[in-house]
Amino acid sequence: MSATSSTIVNLPDQRTATLPKRNYLNNEQGLLSWLFTGDHKRIGMMYLISITFFFFIGGAFAGLIRLELLTPQPDLVASDTYNKLFSMHGIVMIFLFLVPSVPATIGNFLIPIMLGAKDLAFPKINLLSWYLYWIGGLFTLAALVLGGVDTGWTFTTPLSTHYLNTNVITAATGVFIIGFSSIFTGLNFIVTIHRMRAPGMTWFRMPLFVWSNYAASILMVLGTPVLAITLVLVALERTVGIGVFDPTKGGDPLLFQHLFWFYSHPAVYIMILPGMGVISEVISTFSRKRVFGYTAVAFSSVAIALFGFFVWAHHMFIMGVSNYSALVFSLLTMLVAVPSAIKIFNWAFTLQKGSITFETPMLYAFGFIGLFTIGGMTGVFLGALGMDIHLTETYFIVAHFHFVMVGGMLMAFLAGVHFWWPKMTGRMYPESMSKLAAVTTFIGFNLTFLPQFILGYLGMPRRYHAYPQEFQVLNVLSTAGATVLGIGYLMPMLYLGWSLKYGAIAGNNPWQATGLEWQIQSPPLTENFIEVPVVDHEAYDYEWLAHKTANEVTTVG
Amino acid sequence: MDNATVATHEHTHETAVHVEHHHLALPQHRHHFETEQQQREAGTFGMWLFLLTEIMFFGGLFFAYLLYRNWYNDAFVAASNQLSIPLGAFNTAVLIGSGFFMALGVWAAEVRKKGLLVLFLVITTVLGFVFLGVKYVEYSEKFEKHHIPGAHFDVKEFVNPAAFGLKEKPLAPDMAQKTQIFFSLYFAMTGMHALHMIIGIILLFWLTWRAHKGEFSAGYVAPIENFGLYWHFVDIVWIFLFPLLYLINRHPV
Repeated sequence: MSATSSTIVNLPDQRTATLPKRNYLNNEQGLLSWLFTGDHKRIGMMYLISITFFFFIGGAFAGLIRLELLTPQPDLVASDTYNKLFSMHGIVMIFLFLVPSVPATIGNFLIPIMLGAKDLAFPKINLLSWYLYWIGGLFTLAALVLGGVDTGWTFTTPLSTHYLNTNVITAATGVFIIGFSSIFTGLNFIVTIHRMRAPGMTWFRMPLFVWSNYAASILMVLGTPVLAITLVLVALERTVGIGVFDPTKGGDPLLFQHLFWFYSHPAVYIMILPGMGVISEVISTFSRKRVFGYTAVAFSSVAIALFGFFVWAHHMFIMGVSNYSALVFSLLTMLVAVPSAIKIFNWAFTLQKGSITFETPMLYAFGFIGLFTIGGMTGVFLGALGMDIHLTETYFIVAHFHFVMVGGMLMAFLAGVHFWWPKMTGRMYPESMSKLAAVTTFIGFNLTFLPQFILGYLGMPRRYHAYPQEFQVLNVLSTAGATVLGIGYLMPMLYLGWSLKYGAIAGNNPWQATGLEWQIQSPPLTENFIEVPVVDHEAYDYEWLAHKTANEVTTVG
Repeated sequence: MDNATVATHEHTHETAVHVEHHHLALPQHRHHFETEQQQREAGTFGMWLFLLTEIMFFGGLFFAYLLYRNWYNDAFVAASNQLSIPLGAFNTAVLIGSGFFMALGVWAAEVRKKGLLVLFLVITTVLGFVFLGVKYVEYSEKFEKHHIPGAHFDVKEFVNPAAFGLKEKPLAPDMAQKTQIFFSLYFAMTGMHALHMIIGIILLFWLTWRAHKGEFSAGYVAPIENFGLYWHFVDIVWIFLFPLLYLINRHPV
């Protein structure tokens, strides 16, 4: 079946295996039963479809940007169209894909099951947040259809308030509404994790995926409202001219930067933390070992969330903040590297002497570790004050955050989707195709973004659609890589769709993993568990699993 | 559905706790909660978290206020003196009264007195309207004096207060311009607060109607309790706004 000889995949006999007769997918029929559902699993699947839709919209903008940058001349699109392209790319990818990607899809589906609960604490609010996501998404699409917005995703004043005639208010309203969707998801997770754990599920028996989503939820709940008020002030500044950000009236544009990045830096951790949770689960399962330093990994998530609130001014080093505050923020920025490194080292030690197998989720996880490490290390470069002056607003920055967001988060998202696909749908994805996709993605990604580090170091500024002749070779490489990357992302779309009907029946626990979600049928029942589980073992306890499986066999025999 | 709930309970090891709660057997018990106590605690916890997000939301405005108040203290003092302390104090009293009756409403729901609950909720609503009415009077005065930030903002009164019968120190024209920042923040902060009041009043109508139907007089008080938290939060925001906006400095008059 696969190229590697060893595999832990353990599927039921395909001649006799069938999907469970009753599960959350066929419990009720019809579109309305989905649109009015309170079931966290159905809402998770609805999110999965929605964010995939917006991912390909955002991806189309990325493709156009790369096409324009194929030549040094501004020949494909006009300069203001180019500005609109990268603005919409950023807005769609950040607010409509990355922020909800893992929490709202995989997290929604799995957190209640991992805790042994029947649902999230507030199912109706969970559904509401999906609707808010779509209302916000439609506002964003409206801004696009009505002629676009060209502020960049940051809505920076005075550009957004005084100089542009594009649909700033429409787009900002969209982001404002999506923010509430994110707040409600985070709030739901926190309450669920505090109040809905099954008997015996103590804080330090929770899977690390839950821990990292918990940390991300704290950021969503505390950070997003600040973005909301900032956008309200931008809208008031633009419509009424209240002057809070307008220097001619005594306002301070730097205040906007402080307020905006107070959300938007923690937002980076909202995006990456749930992905780190996926990686912990995947690494443990495919090396058959408990995650090394479980407690340290759990607390490093919380530490990242905490430190994440105190580094925002590193986005403003060249904007006129005082040297002293720049010094402090530079130091704090480098501190974030510590908990991130704790995670990387602990994953490495988990791998050490593990029985490693290379199924697709593991390939993506290896991609994550390598690319996130590069992304994180270049973040330390940028946190250093002297380097930052040279590198800020260049393609180095672009490459840095794409390594974290795309190389890190998107790899983790795909690892998670493949890892839990059998649980979500009851069917396996085709293994060799998906391995090919994982490798294609990795190659395409590096080809796209490694040249951008060099471009940035050589001084090519971001956000321009023309550039000097000598940068063309690297730009052509980058665009070629983007094509490969695009194919890498289209493939899962196709074969995962195919597997819905033709994939092998997965059974309860194809990976022989330890999580509670793997001990129930796939796809799960609407109420998740027939009876409330009582947890009497630590997370990632493979001996417990072996013992349990052995007992099952004796019972049957 | 109730039977199903009971059946699930017997599977858990915390049977003792659950037996205690069986006698309640509220129709509002949602199936995914093990016990009604868990449901109530989850609801309250969720409400507190929501209020935390509200604190962060207003926090951005308070941060902006602090910054500009330090930069343009003279303008802030002069502009603050335009606000009427009697009206503000009256409104503070109205809101505290409204919060008091809301607390009584929670009590009435807990002791299952339907008539009293409806009465207290109505009084809470009326006081909410009184507050908004006074706010309307204050806003319209600002409108007449061209103290609304934007194109028609007028600084005459701050540059030459004597001509308007005021005993303030005149401000230099550039500092007088900064009063616009004060009024921007005044309208943004009190406007956001009023918006929360309006949302609260809409919810109060809904809750009063449900209370009238007797939904909260049979042991299920979570919505009243949680709305009470929200209403008190809105009060507390005003308790901070009143001194910051109205009482920055003693009036020279």
